Amino acid sequence: MSVDTATLGSILPHSIKPARYTGGEWNSVVKDWDETPIKVALAYPDVYEVGMSNLALMILYDILNSQVDVLAERVYTPWMDMEQAMRSSGIPLYSLETRHPLHEFDIIGFTLPYELNYTNVLTMLNLGGIPLLAEQRGDSHPLIIGGGSGTYNGEPLAPFFDLLVVGEGEEVILELVELFRQCGREDRKGCLARAAEIDGVYVPSLYEVTYSDDGTVREVSPTHPSARPVVTKRIVDTLPPAPTRVVVPFVEAIHDRATIEIQRGCTQGCRFCQAGMIYRPLRQRPLEEILSTADQLLAATGYEELALVSLSSCNYTGIEQLVEQLLNRHGPSYTSISLPSLRMDSFSLRLAGMFQGRHKTGLTFAPEAGSDRLRQVINKIISHEEILGTAAAAYESGWDRIKLYFLVGLPTETMEDVEAIADLVKEILPIGRRARGNRAQLSVSVSTFIPKPHTPFQWSPLEQRESLEEKHHLLRRLIRGRGLKLSWNDPQTSLLEAAFSRGDRRLSQVILDAWRRGARFDAWSEALDVQRWWDAFASQGLDPAFYAHRERPLDETLPWDHISSGVSKEFLVADYHRSLQGAMTFDCREGQCQTCGILETFPRDAEAMRQAGWGCVGVLRDAGQAAAAKRSQR
Amino acid sequence: MRPTTEPQRLRVTFVKGEEVKYISHLDLMRLWERALRRAEVPLLHSQGYNPRPKISFPAPLAVGITGHREILDVMLERPLAPLDFATAVNRQLPVGVTLVEVEEVYATLPALQTQVQGAEYLATVAVSEDTHQLEERITSLLGSDQLPRQRRGREYDLRPLLEKVWLETQEVGHYVLGMRLRAGEQGTGRPDEVLDEMGLANQVKSIVRTRLYFSPAGEE
Repeated sequence: MSVDTATLGSILPHSIKPARYTGGEWNSVVKDWDETPIKVALAYPDVYEVGMSNLALMILYDILNSQVDVLAERVYTPWMDMEQAMRSSGIPLYSLETRHPLHEFDIIGFTLPYELNYTNVLTMLNLGGIPLLAEQRGDSHPLIIGGGSGTYNGEPLAPFFDLLVVGEGEEVILELVELFRQCGREDRKGCLARAAEIDGVYVPSLYEVTYSDDGTVREVSPTHPSARPVVTKRIVDTLPPAPTRVVVPFVEAIHDRATIEIQRGCTQGCRFCQAGMIYRPLRQRPLEEILSTADQLLAATGYEELALVSLSSCNYTGIEQLVEQLLNRHGPSYTSISLPSLRMDSFSLRLAGMFQGRHKTGLTFAPEAGSDRLRQVINKIISHEEILGTAAAAYESGWDRIKLYFLVGLPTETMEDVEAIADLVKEILPIGRRARGNRAQLSVSVSTFIPKPHTPFQWSPLEQRESLEEKHHLLRRLIRGRGLKLSWNDPQTSLLEAAFSRGDRRLSQVILDAWRRGARFDAWSEALDVQRWWDAFASQGLDPAFYAHRERPLDETLPWDHISSGVSKEFLVADYHRSLQGAMTFDCREGQCQTCGILETFPRDAEAMRQAGWGCVGVLRDAGQAAAAKRSQR
Repeated sequence: MRPTTEPQRLRVTFVKGEEVKYISHLDLMRLWERALRRAEVPLLHSQGYNPRPKISFPAPLAVGITGHREILDVMLERPLAPLDFATAVNRQLPVGVTLVEVEEVYATLPALQTQVQGAEYLATVAVSEDTHQLEERITSLLGSDQLPRQRRGREYDLRPLLEKVWLETQEVGHYVLGMRLRAGEQGTGRPDEVLDEMGLANQVKSIVRTRLYFSPAGEE
């Protein structure tokens, strides 16, 4: 039964941004609750404005709602004022479309993009009337499934989920729906065992984790014949059509614009970047398809901005033609085009000149490290000269404001590397001054490097707080004055993020404990109370430093070793060694296949890859191609 | 895309209904801009680095209040029959926003925001007292010389913004109060504040703005 309108009406006027909770947005899909047999709630564990900017959720919404017998509705985490009001007036967490409580759905699919959202998952389950732990749930409860980058190490969340989907969800979500058509709400255990046989599906309850005396994981082993020793991520061979009738929020979303994913995956191989590793292989959407998608998307939404997103949009083959044609088609109706990520080279600058036109708002680049040496360590292949040259050209072509992103705390980093950030900044600003006078601005944003699973740096420690603060002080002392701006993220937040990023199953107890102590919206500085977390760690007898600050030996069993991203551990080890020697791993599209493991995991013949727009195309010397050739001979 | 003919100004009267009463004024402006873009009407844009469509709203409606005759003016690059405009736009409006009227007005008229003078509201209140008692609340409110209040830390007097308050219907337990409040550059009276002054803040069931008033040049 839908939540009571009158009661809701009594609390909404007193809540912050009540339109977060009322739905009814343009293009939202409202199906008949009683006439639609399979009911899925798509849940995003953050506030509405953040969740509404998530493309993954919109893709699944589109796919599920195109099934006649399925309805998919959205739900986001109520902000703390609303949670409190809902609890005190007895309103359960409800979906936006038909306002049904979460516990009345058959399947709740959470997307898990970020470690510091984890307590919000618990808020949503609990407020939705669903027991928190999978083992407490029976046939009458919805299946709780998770997807997104968080599932590449889902261990800290494992006990809360019935199953996790590793990899791309477009196909597997329909396979899970099909399984539900067969099982219904009966024999939950049998149904989960069958789910474990679907490629990419990880059912945590079918695995046992044992630990060594030193607290490290000894083994993660299946306890059921259906559970595989290693769960390999799912991919789609060809990018499915992008959604065009996307929901247009009333409340301004963080990214309030139309979005087209122009390619998936990245071949640049930055060693700190989890997305660059786990979303391989690179697959490009054909240019013609993007153009027609853009027409439909803009017509269906009325958005005044179109973002061409991917991990590295400048690397899209034909990006210049694409931007040019989009501007020709949609410029006259005052639609602007944007690329969220720019490479630091003259090509990208020319591109930015095309889409920003006379309205040069600002440019953002990510050199990531201050010195050539450290950039080689992290495989960010761009030289000091290129950075200076691009910055100079940017100011000279009329931009006033440049923003640079850096990471601090990277493996092998010294104080000299950190000083090099300041040196670089001090070289760039005068160039800006010469070109733009006092209008020249340079913002420097510094984040803490967090080692992430499935990357060549997955064994590296998070740097200690004291030395991070020392580096912070140094930069604050050096980067000051007119036209300069420095921002920094909180080292305590980094410690939490790092602990959960590489955590094991025992951390679920810490999450539960911290949530019970009131932890909510930990990604929001105004909400985060780190003391709650330290208390929760202490009461569970665990130490965040053990997870975050410890350099892990290469032979240690990692909590996520039973999950495969398709990139092999051998490649990660080799790349880690190369990093320590300052040796680079070139973009495979520019040289030869680096044998990262993707083609061994997903062997395809050259023609299939070409047709599907794979970045791996054209490499015939490597093992993957050999395997594929062998298969096609059979 | 330079206009080949004179720009046209259309005055749109619409309902902001229950379904969208919690969206803010800025949300409503975005909603209209996108609906008009979807309708592909030839919006006239401002010049400069950041061209914006010329759509103006005379008086923001507070969150939680519905509006029966809300108004906006939109400038078009070239003339469009009001009926054609209405047909194209109606299909693109979310549930809760409905067109009431579209008429062409002189493009040279002053901006709507400078012409708005006041608004009328109806508020439904759940009070069990008898009509006489409620009328006494009204009399005492209107009898005050001053109604000093604070809004966002600023002191102001609500009394001069209050033109009329009356009892619209007299069903005990379900009274409807009417009020006419000033709006515009000298300050805007808010119905929830009037109800608060009457000691009825916690009894309000719903508030609707029934109409806006403009100075004669604004051609209400």
